[in-house]
Amino acid sequence: MPVLSLKGVTKVFDDNRGQRVDALGPIDLVIDNGSFVSVVGPSGCGKSTLLRLIAGLDPATSGTMLRYGTPLESPTYEVGIIFQDHVLFPWLTVLQNVLLPADILSLPKQASEKRAQYLLELTGLKDFVHHKPQMLSGGMKQRAAFCRAMLANPRFLLLDEPFGALDALTREELSLELSRLWDELGRTAFLITHDIEEAILLGDRILVMSHRPGRIVADIPIKLPRPRTMRTSQDPVFQEIKQQVRQLIFGRQDVS
Amino acid sequence: MTFPAIANRVVTPLVYIAALVGWEVLVRTLKIPLWMLPAPTTIAAAAMQWAPELLSHSIVTTRETILGFLLALALSLPLACLIAFSAWGRKLLYPAILALQSVPKVALAPLVTLWFGFTEWPKIVIVVLVCFFPVLVNVVAGFESVPKSMLDLMRSLGASQRAILWRLRVPAALPAFFTGCKVAITFAVIGAVIGEFVAAQEGLGYLILMSTSQSQTPLAFAAIIALTIISILLFYALEFLERKAVTWTP
Ligand SMILES: Nc1ncnc2c1ncn2[C@@H]1O[C@H](COP(=O)(O)OP(=O)(O)OP(=O)(O)O)[C@@H](O)[C@H]1O
Ligand SMILES: [Mg+2]
Repeated sequence: MPVLSLKGVTKVFDDNRGQRVDALGPIDLVIDNGSFVSVVGPSGCGKSTLLRLIAGLDPATSGTMLRYGTPLESPTYEVGIIFQDHVLFPWLTVLQNVLLPADILSLPKQASEKRAQYLLELTGLKDFVHHKPQMLSGGMKQRAAFCRAMLANPRFLLLDEPFGALDALTREELSLELSRLWDELGRTAFLITHDIEEAILLGDRILVMSHRPGRIVADIPIKLPRPRTMRTSQDPVFQEIKQQVRQLIFGRQDVS
Repeated sequence: MTFPAIANRVVTPLVYIAALVGWEVLVRTLKIPLWMLPAPTTIAAAAMQWAPELLSHSIVTTRETILGFLLALALSLPLACLIAFSAWGRKLLYPAILALQSVPKVALAPLVTLWFGFTEWPKIVIVVLVCFFPVLVNVVAGFESVPKSMLDLMRSLGASQRAILWRLRVPAALPAFFTGCKVAITFAVIGAVIGEFVAAQEGLGYLILMSTSQSQTPLAFAAIIALTIISILLFYALEFLERKAVTWTP
């Protein structure tokens, strides 16, 4: 059974002057278990809107959405979200932040703590567990947010430009790290990014969206070997997909 | 310690001591009458002489201030929740509360005294009136300062309204709550004194009124200094609590 299936999903907002804003769709999309789906598209095309619908944070205006075969109406802990802005609570320590889902979901304390320590070690935050988030760098905060999203063992992870606020070097480092974690933990993922290379490096599939109202104009499989590394980007297949996506978004061939 | 470091510590106290000495010298050389402006030494002597009375009146005023302040917290916190979390509570209550905030509460003191009689209650009620609004308005603002992304995170975990309140809204509103409290506690001392001005047989406000009417100006000054000390101590007590409770920068 697919993790997610959307049929004819649209979203219309009423802006503050009472005008209708067609933000999204219609979207038809099926996401299979264990696949990593990257989404790229021009700014303001409705990527975040789509993610919020999938997360169950906002209702769709029309269309049907199924999650594991049942109608998707509200958020669930089985779907983890990593927001663009890390959203760590400043009054909690890094460990307490990572344990927040366990606290809210009343998961067994000891097992959760063990898992939190494991995830923090995996992401190189072991020495910062008792620090407040304000003492962490941007990249470390985002890693802590990743640990928190993984704590309740979500079957499906949604990422909205998780590295968007970071500098290029940290971003590349973290995407490779995420890719490595992915091969290790193996989940279904839905990643929004404005970085085409990142999308290709991480994804099994790349969805390209049109200008607002956002529609899926291309769904390109990425048949690059895993694990992906720095060298993956030199693969001719990588470059070919990159050109193809660029052309779809910008409508022109780019020499680089 | 180096010389600049010592100078740094010493200069401020020295300036204040010099000011006091200047005051003393001025009063003595110009022969300013006692009822108008007593010299610092005269005030100190009066404070010594009346120490037991100053203390007992200070206790009365402090008790009124703290009781009124706590009562104001007990009233304003539930109301702040109602305004922040219920659309109807907000629509019905908030305009009225914002309008009432503009009423000069001190002007109500004679009325409150009329209603509650010659007990401790009118003073406490006046303190409640002056403390209530700063706390309420700041706590509501604090609840509303919670970023939408944090609420989304809680919702994505399927958190109950209760969990969202205690895990997110309350800690997020804590800095604003303390801001409100610190504004309120300063007003609270003023409120208590006003209440005592209107009608009282005890308290520092009463002592100031009595001593000035009998031209006992040094005692009035001593009482005002006691009042200032109470105000400062209460403020720093709150600041101490704030530092214990708010250990992060937002
Ligand atoms: N709550 C809202 N009310 C009204 N309009 C909205 C709302 N949220 C989004 N929109 C509009 O919907 C459109 C899509 O927004 P969305 O945030 O999904 O874009 P995006 O693809 O994520 O853009 P970016 O890449 O810049 O993050 C935009 O035109 C935006 O103005
Ligand atoms: Mg977005």
